[in-house]
Amino acid sequence: MTSEDRRPAGGEPRETRTGSDGGKRPVSADYDSDVEAAIRKNHPALITYLAVGDPSIEETKAYVEALDRGGSDLIELGLPFSEPIAEGPTIQASINRALEAGTTSEAFFELVEDLETDATLLVMTYYNKILQYGDEPDVGPFVKRAAKVGLSGIIVPDLPAEEADPLREACDEHGLDLIFIIAPTTEGERLETIMSQVSGFAYVQARLGTTGARGDVSSATHDSLARLSDYEVPKAVGFGVSEGDHAAEIVEAGADGVIVGSALVDIVAESDDPAAALEAKAEELKRGAVRGSETVTNDTEDAPEPEQP
Amino acid sequence: MSDGAFEGYGGRHVPEPLQEPLEQLAAAYDDVAESDAFQAELDDLLKTFAGRPTPLYHAGNLSERYGAEIYLKREDLLHGGAHKINNCLGQALLAKHAGRERLIAETGAGQHGTATAMVGALLGLETEIYMGAKDVARQEMNVFRMRLMGAEVNEVTRGNEGLADAVDAALEDFAQNVDDTHYLVGSVVGPDPFPRMVRDFQSVIGREAREQFQERTGDLPDAAVACVGGGSNAIGLFHAFREDPVDFYGAEGGGEGSDSSRHAAPLAKGRDDVIHGMRTRVIDDDVEVHSVSAGLDYPGVGPEHAMFRAVGRCEYTGITDEEALAAFRELSETEGIIPALESSHAIARAIQLAEDGDHDTILVNLSGRGDKDMETAASKFDL
Ligand SMILES: Cc1ncc(COP(=O)(O)O)c(C=O)c1O
Repeated sequence: MTSEDRRPAGGEPRETRTGSDGGKRPVSADYDSDVEAAIRKNHPALITYLAVGDPSIEETKAYVEALDRGGSDLIELGLPFSEPIAEGPTIQASINRALEAGTTSEAFFELVEDLETDATLLVMTYYNKILQYGDEPDVGPFVKRAAKVGLSGIIVPDLPAEEADPLREACDEHGLDLIFIIAPTTEGERLETIMSQVSGFAYVQARLGTTGARGDVSSATHDSLARLSDYEVPKAVGFGVSEGDHAAEIVEAGADGVIVGSALVDIVAESDDPAAALEAKAEELKRGAVRGSETVTNDTEDAPEPEQP
Repeated sequence: MSDGAFEGYGGRHVPEPLQEPLEQLAAAYDDVAESDAFQAELDDLLKTFAGRPTPLYHAGNLSERYGAEIYLKREDLLHGGAHKINNCLGQALLAKHAGRERLIAETGAGQHGTATAMVGALLGLETEIYMGAKDVARQEMNVFRMRLMGAEVNEVTRGNEGLADAVDAALEDFAQNVDDTHYLVGSVVGPDPFPRMVRDFQSVIGREAREQFQERTGDLPDAAVACVGGGSNAIGLFHAFREDPVDFYGAEGGGEGSDSSRHAAPLAKGRDDVIHGMRTRVIDDDVEVHSVSAGLDYPGVGPEHAMFRAVGRCEYTGITDEEALAAFRELSETEGIIPALESSHAIARAIQLAEDGDHDTILVNLSGRGDKDMETAASKFDL
């Protein structure tokens, strides 16, 4: 099976997508994926993350809408799971708070249904939560519900591409993108396997280890983007991004999008007015990303310009 | 590597940064598994450092009391006091051959941490152990032992403060330090290649026991019994008998009963799930993981056991805390052998089988000695 065959609407692009309000929205005929379209049209895209339910569902709703106002083009909504092995301490603590607040998959989906955002919405969770959603261990019911509430893609950090066929098929059936993570250690055959399964964008992990805000953009980012330069799918870089300047640097290095999680989760945990602070942070990050893309265009006269809507 | 390793159980469900390092580990393991030099080096250490072979003991008093011939494979007599050293020597040698400088491990009862500290000292590898705060409190002696041998013990205070949380912490460390670190997984759990690698290193138990049993009785046992936490001592015993007409029995940590809301018996009562990098059986969401024995206090189980259960090769039962404590006391009194609380679950199951009367000969893996459990025993028995 080639990656072409796996695409939701391979050959015959869909004309509408289901928006987060449940209504139909037009999809550009240029892209056969909502997520890819959201990145390309908003290039360079800002992708933000929050764990849903920290500290409560109601507050998450306000925070997500603040991120949306601040300029997030895509928002990853974390469905909390008790063993988040890909996460660093910051996001783990947030997930634990969400679990302690009693956040269930059902409450998660209801929230997504309620959200009023322009941003394209993704769910980030662990394979366990997807398998266990129905009565029998099966990925189908989760994906069906995710599509119904208006989610456009799924990220599952503990699902290796080699074992992703059932989820890939369910996502294709329901028109969702399945996003995979590329680590600094991913190369050769593994890279090819992942790139044959990925849709929407490739999530480039900037450094080894777990998520967590850090101070600089690692050289691994540059190496990873170079390794991926032959693939057409958009590339977004995450893990450790916390400031507008990082966003600028990442876009300058050739990324199509910037992913930010821990820095936002910190705001939720520490700020007196998280909604306002999140909105301001999103603005800063988006400005940084745009600044980075301007440097790219100015510096490299004969390089192809990033796609603009 | 696909989910199919153990009839749909197993696999490598870990974040992307760990995929390549695990692939390399699998390749390194496949190399040494076929190397005579490596095996000779390992055999020598098993013999001279760990104290193999361990005896097969006919528990005459217990046999007389229950009317079946009960034999104990004395892994409790190994260096460190449990079967854990078999695996630790194998993996640490492998890590050394692969040029790693640092070992990390999770531990529940502290037995695996202790065995890891022993091999770390032996082979000159920096060693760091993750242990849940709950277990640090109930297994203090082992914490002292680990520190004495130069290992750093990190107390894990997240979640349930137990073995599962220690595994999470160790996996995180591993993800950040894959370049120089070997994660010495303590049981037949986790992502491939750990379940098969640990099984292979523990299979020496069954190989010896099979030969000893035949030498002694001219026959094979009717039943083989072992406790199942992650499942390494059980698989280690069973593996050599898997093609034989020997019935397998696994005794899980039944806590307050496998139908209660507090147990650690995912095979007796649980569901298919993904945890700690593997697809396997896990206790239900509304169950709190609990066992009186720290080494069985784990919500999942090795994928090969999930397969054994699915195909009906082994029968798994939850032994309650109370039943295990009774067996702990009974073996101490009848045979003068104080078993680990983990192993006491296997003794309790063997007694049940002897009482049922369907098996004339029963081989039990006495996976460890009970010295570490004295404080628990003293508080339960008013000693
Ligand atoms: C003596 C003893 N037996 C059994 C176990 C359980 O582990 P496994 O099921 O992997 O043999 C432990 C774990 O700490 C142990 O110390």
